[in-house]
Amino acid sequence: MESLAKEQIIKDLLPQKFGKAGKIWVGILLAFCTLGVIAYILQLKNGLVVTAMRDYVSWGIYISNFVFFVAISLVGSLITAVLRLTQAKWSTPLTRIAEIIAVSAITFASIIIVVDMGRPDRFYNLFIHGRLQSPIVWDVIVITTYFFVSILLLYFPLLPDMAIMMQRKDQTGMLWLNKLYAYLGKFWKNTAAQIHISEKAINILSITIIPVAFAIHTVTSWLFATTYRPGWDSTNFGAYFISGAFLVGAGAVVVAMFVFRKAYHLENYIKDDHFDKMGKVLVLLALLYLYFNVNEFLVPAFKMKKSEEEHLMGLFTGEFAYVFWFAISTAMLIPIFILIQKKGRKPLPAFIAGLLVVIGSWFKRYLIVTPTLLHPFLPMHDVPESYKHYFPTWQEWAIAMGSLAGALLVVTFFARIFPIIPIQETITEMEGHEMSHKNV
Amino acid sequence: MKTNDTSRREFISATLLAGLAVTGCSSGKNPFEPDAATIETVKPSGEMIKLLSVDGEVIEVDKAFLKPVPSLPQVSNELARQGIPGKKFVMVIDLSRCKSLKKCQSACNHMHSIHPGQNWIKVYPQHEAEHTAPYWQPTTCMHCDEPPCVKVCPVDATFKRQDGIVLIDSDRCIGCRFCMAACPYSTRVFNWEDLDLPKEIADKPYSCETSVPQKKGTVGKCDFCPDMARKGELPHCVSACPNGVFMFGDMNEDVVTNGSETFRFSDLVRDKAGYRLMEDLGTKPSVYYLPPVNRNFPFENKEEKEETKKS
Repeated sequence: MESLAKEQIIKDLLPQKFGKAGKIWVGILLAFCTLGVIAYILQLKNGLVVTAMRDYVSWGIYISNFVFFVAISLVGSLITAVLRLTQAKWSTPLTRIAEIIAVSAITFASIIIVVDMGRPDRFYNLFIHGRLQSPIVWDVIVITTYFFVSILLLYFPLLPDMAIMMQRKDQTGMLWLNKLYAYLGKFWKNTAAQIHISEKAINILSITIIPVAFAIHTVTSWLFATTYRPGWDSTNFGAYFISGAFLVGAGAVVVAMFVFRKAYHLENYIKDDHFDKMGKVLVLLALLYLYFNVNEFLVPAFKMKKSEEEHLMGLFTGEFAYVFWFAISTAMLIPIFILIQKKGRKPLPAFIAGLLVVIGSWFKRYLIVTPTLLHPFLPMHDVPESYKHYFPTWQEWAIAMGSLAGALLVVTFFARIFPIIPIQETITEMEGHEMSHKNV
Repeated sequence: MKTNDTSRREFISATLLAGLAVTGCSSGKNPFEPDAATIETVKPSGEMIKLLSVDGEVIEVDKAFLKPVPSLPQVSNELARQGIPGKKFVMVIDLSRCKSLKKCQSACNHMHSIHPGQNWIKVYPQHEAEHTAPYWQPTTCMHCDEPPCVKVCPVDATFKRQDGIVLIDSDRCIGCRFCMAACPYSTRVFNWEDLDLPKEIADKPYSCETSVPQKKGTVGKCDFCPDMARKGELPHCVSACPNGVFMFGDMNEDVVTNGSETFRFSDLVRDKAGYRLMEDLGTKPSVYYLPPVNRNFPFENKEEKEETKKS
């Protein structure tokens, strides 16, 4: 009985070949990526002039996309570390989803920041001339650290699963996959000593990743908060960014849970209960983010300092009002309204709420970056008319969307190659569960 | 032949800035060829010229003993990073004299081969509040003593020198534009595309002191023309302004000049209630403004008129 269950779990969770929908999905993503690469080649050739950025709006959707990626990657630490350390066992099937989202997002955060550079050919200057006083260098250091810690947190729990997959060469299909598993995990013999070391390592990493995760997004917020500009000059920024990051990351996990469950028929593993619990987490995080938003906007709006006034009014009732209220309602208000009801935490409505959170959060990042730059201390003057507005060009959209597609592609391919739900951990938990039942 | 007035103007600025005098050279041979023998054999012409020595004393020298300063070779970028020892450059901008002729701007744009449409010097029509008087406010880089741009630069491409000047090494800049976000004075511009420069300028090696040639994908800004200071001459904006709005000088010598008038810096700023922009930010600019009182010209905003005509 028990071994059958075990076999069933393995059979259910082994990576599967792409179906028709999967192939179409990959095709669409590849098309977006290709378009992005073409746009980037044009940008390399002609310079950043192909973007709509100019001297006043010197940072555009590349930077807001960067902030978005860094934000979403924080979920790796939330699900794998915070929930693991607080012994919320229900989160086990979600850990790998969260971790691959984290790795993929942080990779594309690094890529998009290079895309934004005027001289990507001089990237190495960061290493030969880097100065520790610049927040950019702090960002390089913490993002690199976060990347490697996340990779390890993804890799260690994969080792026992790769051993399982190597035993089932016939089921995994392709030869090169088995070679890959062998290359990555042949040394894993599932001995007690190895399991012990692995568990210990995962525990250490889970603790390490929390301060590193806080650091990546706090430092990212400091890229803005260390300047004088209205809208950025805020002591609230670190906490505001972190709370928003956990929110968008959790939203992305809910979306991914729904999609994987549907695509791979994982109803027995990602249960309705998971959506219920993640829905509650999302409500909590959305309320938290709402709280920081109130702080961020209401306090300066009460004073209406001259330098802040133009910026704030632009958001509340001016040229950015539609985007602003759209972002506030889709990232926070509507998801809270949906998920606060028990019915709203069923898979489909939770998925919709998660999707709204992710979309609203992307626009929220845009609002953090651009409107501030359009309200400098000295009025915009002595520049061509086109310098006084910003709307991204097709090249910028193509690159930004291409990077989002790229991140999704990494997640998609990962799920094709590795089990998206940890097999060994699921078996162990099942066995533990049965053991405790027998003892009772 | 130069008039007395201009040679006097030039020589004062020259003496003040570098302690070297420049006057017209009378002989027909190449003045820039150093020739030790001629110095020994010069015969006094009898025509005496008054000079201000570096100690501030007026001395008389025979004209024949004066020789032009040879055109100095560009300093290396390592030396350019250190700056000119013993100097602390300042600028004073007298708002009561500005009528937005923008000669400063066009001279600057020309001398630095700036991308068309972009400006390192901007002349703002300032109008702070409903019942206050409008005035023209030219801005250069403020060359702050606590420069926010230098603080945030990740690769030390923009730096602060001992003489107070903030410069950019365009051969090192990675184009992240953090300095542009950090500068509260919106003084920095970015080279978004390839500049269509004449070959002889484009082929020059980049010099931090001339800021030429500007390079695609890097940041540029007003540099206080330290190459001119090394030659004992004034920045291009200062000499281009017909109304003497800009005064440039050395705080250690406590003197600023616009080429025709010279002031004791501390007296000028005290007597005319000089101030700096956005003092509350703590950036400590090196550019001082004299308030627009007793103006030489009425405020006429032609740009605004044209705009309203169009619409």
